[in-house]
Amino acid sequence: MKSGEFRRILWRDNPLLVYLVGLCPALAVSNRLSNALLLAAVMLFALLGTGIAAVALERWAPLRLRLPMRLLLASALVTAAQRFLWAFAPTHAAGLGIYLPLLAVNCLLLASAASGSLAESVAQAAGRGAAFAVGLGLLALAREVLGAGTITLFPIGSFGGVLRLRGLPPARVLAAAPGALLVLGYLSALSRWWSGRRS
Amino acid sequence: MLAVTACLVPGAAWGVLLLGPAALRVLGVAVGASLAAELVVQALAWRRFTLGDGSALLTGLLVALSLPVYVPLFVPAVAAAFAAAVVKASFGGLGRNWMNPALGGRLFAAFSWPVLLAVRPQPAAGWLGLTAGLSDGSLLGGTGTAGLVSTLLLAVGGAYLLARRIAAWEIPAGFAAVFALAFWAFGGLPAGLFRGDLPSALGSGSFALAALFMATDPVTSPQGRGARLAFGAGCGALSFLLRAFGGRLEAPFAAAALMNMFVPLLDRWPARRGPR
Repeated sequence: MKSGEFRRILWRDNPLLVYLVGLCPALAVSNRLSNALLLAAVMLFALLGTGIAAVALERWAPLRLRLPMRLLLASALVTAAQRFLWAFAPTHAAGLGIYLPLLAVNCLLLASAASGSLAESVAQAAGRGAAFAVGLGLLALAREVLGAGTITLFPIGSFGGVLRLRGLPPARVLAAAPGALLVLGYLSALSRWWSGRRS
Repeated sequence: MLAVTACLVPGAAWGVLLLGPAALRVLGVAVGASLAAELVVQALAWRRFTLGDGSALLTGLLVALSLPVYVPLFVPAVAAAFAAAVVKASFGGLGRNWMNPALGGRLFAAFSWPVLLAVRPQPAAGWLGLTAGLSDGSLLGGTGTAGLVSTLLLAVGGAYLLARRIAAWEIPAGFAAVFALAFWAFGGLPAGLFRGDLPSALGSGSFALAALFMATDPVTSPQGRGARLAFGAGCGALSFLLRAFGGRLEAPFAAAALMNMFVPLLDRWPARRGPR
């Protein structure tokens, strides 16, 4: 995939910010940056897995079997990821809650049609996963900084995982449910303005 | 717009006299932030400057009057800027916003910093030497006679607006009637039915502000007599419910903002040779 195409998926065709696909988990878990990054990682894994498997399987599968196959694939991969997280990072898995298994029926996973060669399919899945991660990360960063006054990452070594910012008391409404829609609206407008600026 | 602003001035002046320089600071910061936010947004969007229509001034004034006097000064600043920049300008400016900007700003503050806005009944150092309790939570507020006077001044300003037909009388009428009825009937419930303390409910500054100046915003209220009565009645019922079961201070504001969402629906109210 050319780099221009990658940039197009990232901004002009960002699935989350422009097409507003996959909103249900995105709005729910974007209150913490760590949750958002984790969900984006699981999404990338599931996108890559369904992309590769779809190329391998859908070559011979009849057309009417493709959607059920894709659903089964997605739920198998998401269940595997969920089991893995609960086994090795139970606190983070608990932070994602029901939205982790719900990824199995996420429209971003179902909408990504496999097309062409294996390399193309993998590149497309990676691009979509990266774009979803960028959108979700920006949303969560803005909401957490403005709404809670913290930046939550993963604890590594002596670093406890939570950065506390100084300043005014945070506007808690942005960390609550309405804040997600407010911030997403502004991010969406910003990404449209950013991509329309040069073309 | 300027007439509405002028009608708020007596109430605001009384609040400043009563509560002293702190009230003046809240007023100044909110109005300044609202004007600045409007200027900045319009400069960024390359729009024509519309400070002259007075809507940003009115928004800042309403936000300030609806906040308690003891809040840290960044609260009125952020609330007024949110009102002008997000609630109004994001939707295309004056006439296209679906929620009254001042209501939006006030609720943003209420949901963001509930602790800072919580009731602190302490006497304020005013210029009149009257000790006004601050239990009402709006800048006009206060208990006792002094607080009631500011509500009366607001009511006089509102009555002028209604008489000049700048504001539709159906909205405050429905608002006050349903709210008073519900409060009278159920307000004193542990003691018994029909024992609500009506003067304290109707005499609060936030109720007068919401009913006379915020719910009647022509942009965010429906057209037609029946629709307006229903709009006001909904505001009244919701503010009673929110006051009984939720935050007491922002109940009328939250009720009016919730009813703002029903305006597109209410505008389809069958008008039979309506008044307008």
